[in-house]
Amino acid sequence: MTADTTLDLLDNDPVFHLKGGMLTMTLVELIRLAPDQFARQLAEKVEQAPNFFVDTPVVIALDKLNEPLTDLTLRHLLNLCRDHGLQPVALRGGEAFRELAQGANMVLLPPGRQRERSLDLPEPPPKPAPAPAVEIPPPPAAIAGKIITDPVRGGQQVYARGGDLIVMAPVSAGAELLADGHIHVYGPLRGRALAGVQGNQEARIFCQSLEAELVSIAGQYKVAEDLRKQQWKQAVQISLEGDSLKISGL
Amino acid sequence: MAKVIVVTSGKGGVGKTTTSAAIGTGLALRGFKTVIVDFDVGLRNLDLIMGCERRVVYDFVNLINGDSNLNQTLIKDKRSDNLFILPASQTRDKDALTVEGVERVLNELKETFDYIVCDSPAGIEKGAHLAMYFADEAVVVTNPEVSSVRDSDRMLGLLSSKSRRAENGEKIKENLLLTRYNPERVENGEMLSVSDVEDILSIPLLGVIPESQAVLKASNQGIPVIMDEKSDAGQAYSDAVERLLGKDIPHRFLEAQKKGLLQRLFGGR
Repeated sequence: MTADTTLDLLDNDPVFHLKGGMLTMTLVELIRLAPDQFARQLAEKVEQAPNFFVDTPVVIALDKLNEPLTDLTLRHLLNLCRDHGLQPVALRGGEAFRELAQGANMVLLPPGRQRERSLDLPEPPPKPAPAPAVEIPPPPAAIAGKIITDPVRGGQQVYARGGDLIVMAPVSAGAELLADGHIHVYGPLRGRALAGVQGNQEARIFCQSLEAELVSIAGQYKVAEDLRKQQWKQAVQISLEGDSLKISGL
Repeated sequence: MAKVIVVTSGKGGVGKTTTSAAIGTGLALRGFKTVIVDFDVGLRNLDLIMGCERRVVYDFVNLINGDSNLNQTLIKDKRSDNLFILPASQTRDKDALTVEGVERVLNELKETFDYIVCDSPAGIEKGAHLAMYFADEAVVVTNPEVSSVRDSDRMLGLLSSKSRRAENGEKIKENLLLTRYNPERVENGEMLSVSDVEDILSIPLLGVIPESQAVLKASNQGIPVIMDEKSDAGQAYSDAVERLLGKDIPHRFLEAQKKGLLQRLFGGR
């Protein structure tokens, strides 16, 4: 049988399915035009929950806006959003905005109904000690996991965006590990480890010796004082069960 | 090929300048042309430890600003023809140092010297950063005490991220030098042990310098303690220099001396 006939056989198999899906999107509802205040207030919001806004798709809702919006102002606002990690994907609010949307390469969505509720930001994760700006440059996009082979020292921060973080060396007190997925530490974990920082409750932390200052999964955390009571300096895994962290031996 | 060694710690008062003086002198005594550079602009100390404070005319900042040349600024040590000191300025502050200026001076020194020992100031600010920025190798001076260990850990993080070598994807060779070590106090649980510190910092141990009266005496006399060959600290520094040069020799002065009955009765030391 040749490759050609195999291809023919598969010719009519579907390559994709069309499906309807309900996605929750964050709306940025503009009330009035004041780019400077917008920038400042957005920065404040982002500071409250930095991880919540990373790569979050948002829809810019213009329904409530009673002022004329120019192409230039719109671009400025979009850039401000992107600077803070938001990814504007669409404008919302009637045909009047079609030209603007096209100019900005955005989808135009019809105006919304009155059932929206204002969004509660997730509880900010325990404030990390005022660590200096990230000392290790952010990883390039689209890396599913991150492997660190050198010790992570106090004052350093490592973030595995969108994946797992694997550290094959000691993590010193004062260091901070962050991952959207799991965190593995093949050495003593003496710093902080925050898994599932974007809210993944399935994320876990594995380490060879639990001596951490703080561990957190999806915002639920325990500090050293509580950790010392059980399995201290043991090889453990930490998972989220309901609203509390469960520590079990490996 | 000249080698730049930074002696650093993060924390103050752990023995950086004593170590810079001892290691620099040790290298020179072994025949290497060595210069010790005092990066602690504003808190100049190295000249005192080296006993050349009366001969300081120009300083590091003068050299960077082009007010003086290398020959005018370097002070030749009286004990060794191979040893020179580049003193820090006492009247200026660390902002007088610039990356370009430091690089230019170090490049000039590299042409004539085998070893350039940079005595870092305490802290992690500009002076400390510039002292380690161009280093090939680092001696991290640590006391067996938790805050010193934590600061050294922080400094190791900076060495592996904020140095020229790190920026080029290379590594700085890291060495741990444990100073003010008192085996008796370790036995009594009052001090971290060598293995405790090694466990936390996980870098190779260059040496353990015992807590010793000889260090203070040497400092006050302006003679690097490594010249005091009878003292335990001097011998420990000599061992450390040998290890820095690649020799593998066993560590000494790690165990408490057993005191005899007479010593106990009349109080040793």
